[in-house]
Amino acid sequence: MPPPMVTPVTTPGPSRVPPTSKVLSVSALRKAYGNTVAVDGVSFDVGRGEIVGLLGPNGAGKTTTINMLLGVLEPTSGAIRIEDVDLARQRSAALERTNFAAVYSPLPGNLTVYQNLRVFGLIYGVKSLSARIAELLEEFDLVRFRDTRCGVLSSGEQTRVALAKAMLNRPHLLLLDEPTASLDPATARDIRARIRGFAAHGTGGVLWTSHNMYEVEEVCHRVLFLSHGKVLLEGDPRTLPGEHGKASLEELFIAVAREPLSLERV
Amino acid sequence: MRPRRAAAVALRHFYLLKGSVARFLPLFAWVAIDMVLWGFMSRYLNTVATPGLDFVHRLLGAVLLWDFFTRVMQGVTMVFFEDVWSRNFLNVFATPLSISEYVCGLVLSTIATSAVGLAVMLVLATAVFGLSFAAYGAMFVPFLAVLFLFGVAIGIFGCALVLRLGPASEWFVWPIPALISPFAGVFYPLSTLPEWMRHVARLLPPSYVFEGMRALVSGGAFSGSALLWGGGLAVVQVLLASAFFSRVHRHAVRTGLIARYSAESVS
Repeated sequence: MPPPMVTPVTTPGPSRVPPTSKVLSVSALRKAYGNTVAVDGVSFDVGRGEIVGLLGPNGAGKTTTINMLLGVLEPTSGAIRIEDVDLARQRSAALERTNFAAVYSPLPGNLTVYQNLRVFGLIYGVKSLSARIAELLEEFDLVRFRDTRCGVLSSGEQTRVALAKAMLNRPHLLLLDEPTASLDPATARDIRARIRGFAAHGTGGVLWTSHNMYEVEEVCHRVLFLSHGKVLLEGDPRTLPGEHGKASLEELFIAVAREPLSLERV
Repeated sequence: MRPRRAAAVALRHFYLLKGSVARFLPLFAWVAIDMVLWGFMSRYLNTVATPGLDFVHRLLGAVLLWDFFTRVMQGVTMVFFEDVWSRNFLNVFATPLSISEYVCGLVLSTIATSAVGLAVMLVLATAVFGLSFAAYGAMFVPFLAVLFLFGVAIGIFGCALVLRLGPASEWFVWPIPALISPFAGVFYPLSTLPEWMRHVARLLPPSYVFEGMRALVSGGAFSGSALLWGGGLAVVQVLLASAFFSRVHRHAVRTGLIARYSAESVS
């Protein structure tokens, strides 16, 4: 039976610039733990200047995918290329072009903001590090916290530090795992604006996971819905709900979580 | 291998030491207490023992060298434990940092921290208790070098153990020096030990150091080739420990342990 026609609720999205090249290519990525398959043959790309949302219910395989992209989890099979560099073969070269911020991985609270940025700047091989740190402290409104230990900052301030660290090496691929979770709406909007600004700059692409569908509509050029480790749906977050007979992205998300078989990709 | 990355690991530890008395004080406080305790003990034994037996050089010198080994080992493990305690694995291992760079960072850090402990021990032992390094001669430096290498090997092995078994297993690591010391003949000649313990002692580089030290203090002959053998063993053990750490890390990446490392996730 065809899905009922529903007028989708849309929000203005980011201005779409067609990606000129790929910063990330994932092909047939699979991760199995014994008989349990966490990610099952996932393939997708992220273009330069593009923000791609990786969506799905808890346990769908989003964080497993991100961990494989970060080189901290070895895929059972499949390939990951960051720009033209194969992550499995040239791990360091691939990760030099990448950076990330995740809500569950704050920077060490026993170091100051400056110390954390300096240590990670050295690890990422950032040139003119002192100037870059000063620039980021300014950009993320962290100048007054420069010598404050990260552990005593508020959630929003810690997220800004994590994002400053994620921007240190001007990554070509930025991975963000629920960067705005636990933030108040004003701070979350501020963070979203910064990420959009990063993508609009055109040097890097962003892979973003979030459970906030309003945010995803506002920020992402394209979304991928994961369910049971597979990409179930892919498309523009503003038109995708209507294409599947849903009024909003949130409704579509709930459908993916509850009845993925009815939406299975051919 | 990028030296700046290894230096970053050591710099992180320097920042932690700089900002925390609780971290800086143990670099020298416990070894200083050991020097005072064993210094007075040696003086007392000199007054009651057969004339001619010099306990300052036999006992205090042995404690100094053993404490140096312990500081080197802990210098390596402490840097790693800081990552465990601050749940920093994902941040560290999701960077371009390679395992060899990380391990070099641990070693760089322990060079600095163990030097602080050694300096304090040397000042106390010589200035307060009259320990003269002339008794050991030029061999003092190779003694330290062998103990340093062995400390690095045991430190890296300890880090691998904790990475594999989880944070709670750090309690396996702290007592390792105490476990080794009876076999290494720190305070007595290896001839005191039963045969099976002597077999174990032959695999431990410190046993060559302490045998050599006692021979020099008693004015006896000392075989440089034995110490060279001990040094060779220590180098092999550093390589084996590094290979073990690398293997455990590979296992952790394959199983996802790095990404979800906590006391509860490892059994």
